[in-house]
Amino acid sequence: MTDNGQNARSLIRAAITLAAAAAVYEALARSGYFAPALLPKLSIVVQTLIATLADGSMIQHAAYTLYRVMFGFGLAIAVGIPLGILMARFTAVENFFLPLVSALMPIPSFALVPLFMLWFGIGNLTTVLIVFYAATFPMLFNTWSGVRSVNPIWLRAAGCMGADEHSLFWKVIIPGASPFIITGMRQSFLRAWIAVVGAEMIAASDWGLGWVIFDAKEFLNTDTMLAALVVIGAIGYLFERLVFGSLERATVLRWGMMRSAKG
Amino acid sequence: MVPIEIRDVTLVYDTPGGKVPGVKNVNFNIGASEFVCIVGPSGCGKSTLLNIIAGFLTPVAGEIRIGGKPVTGHGMDRGVVFQDFAQLFPWRTALGNVTFGLEMKGVAKDEREKIAREQLRLVKLEKFTGSYPHHLSGGMQQRVAIARALAYNPAVLLMDEPFAALDALTRDDMQRLLADVWRATRKTVIYVTHNVAEAVYLADRVVVMSPHPGTVKAEIKIELPRPRDPLSVEFLECQKELLGHLGHDANANEPVN
Repeated sequence: MTDNGQNARSLIRAAITLAAAAAVYEALARSGYFAPALLPKLSIVVQTLIATLADGSMIQHAAYTLYRVMFGFGLAIAVGIPLGILMARFTAVENFFLPLVSALMPIPSFALVPLFMLWFGIGNLTTVLIVFYAATFPMLFNTWSGVRSVNPIWLRAAGCMGADEHSLFWKVIIPGASPFIITGMRQSFLRAWIAVVGAEMIAASDWGLGWVIFDAKEFLNTDTMLAALVVIGAIGYLFERLVFGSLERATVLRWGMMRSAKG
Repeated sequence: MVPIEIRDVTLVYDTPGGKVPGVKNVNFNIGASEFVCIVGPSGCGKSTLLNIIAGFLTPVAGEIRIGGKPVTGHGMDRGVVFQDFAQLFPWRTALGNVTFGLEMKGVAKDEREKIAREQLRLVKLEKFTGSYPHHLSGGMQQRVAIARALAYNPAVLLMDEPFAALDALTRDDMQRLLADVWRATRKTVIYVTHNVAEAVYLADRVVVMSPHPGTVKAEIKIELPRPRDPLSVEFLECQKELLGHLGHDANANEPVN
């Protein structure tokens, strides 16, 4: 089968799943058990979504949020991958950082927002730092595990062929740990979204999807809240398909280090 | 292409249960371009000895000289082929795997790909240069591993039961292929196996080891002309002799009164 055919089919499958979820929601909304102001019909949510997209406000909110996510996620990758590799390769680095990481990791990023607000004020800096904090640990932990589970026979074989530390690092350890690193990026991205929405609710002023949701609550605009959630879901879906899915197909799936589900 | 001297090599494993002798006072020489098989039951230290020669393990006593130079750690004068198919890098094509050693040596891209193609032709995989390892069968993967170990032109080829995990038919093909490759390249080969027929088919000389602790029990020259016929009377005689040294007397299965 062609790539295009497969792509079209997976899009149809995704549409079926989403349509089913929408139908369940609509049935609940129309059942009469809940106040329409609390559980608006889909048509109203869609109208609000189209209106806010058309006037550009939703796009701008999304752009602010996306900027904070990408900035924090990028920092998490820049810190998490190298530190994870160093921790897995050098006992001294592991001994130093592991207690720190173990103690910091369980602290919910949300619990740091008030503190960061006092330190860094309201706005981008605080939200980006919160995202960075939340996204770093999954990246770090997966990389650390991935490097430790690189098959020793690859290191041995590479050593026989004269690989120095630099070549081992780039040509064996990084590709060898890639299934874990990609999983780490996925989890890290997810945590980044959880963190950004929470941080924006408290520590952002005027812009961001988290702020939209929090602000809409004041006026009982459930349709706006749901529209913002749809936008978050859509961005997540697009990233999974376009970024992580493609990355996986170009690397670990192609190399047979991971397999697609069968049947 | 260079001789190897193994002098009083002793290695002791430090395990949680105490010290376990691996090999003890092992002595033998290997001539330039000689094909030597090391044979013995499980636990006789044959793989340990190969790992010492490869430089992965350091003996507590004795030394190994390759071409007169003492072994300290692994080096590019030796190519190693392991039993595990997973030894290939899954993220590199067959060609990419074979070029790895040349890349480390700093050979230019065109040149190393040319050499790698030649090596893959030697193991009859010229049609699969662009395939990733997971698309190749076990036998093909082991052939890529042989090509990879030969590509950077080491003087010595060390092989640790490379065909043990293959089915019998594929193994026969691989043994013929390896005999051809050896004839073409004239490497000094040390080949570890527990398969007696394989040793008789491949080796100029067979070193028999016995366990607890691993020591050399016998050395047998195989003087059969090549290519060897595994069904000939002489071949079977050699096998029988070798089995005798391994403690499997040809009459051992008869009931004892």
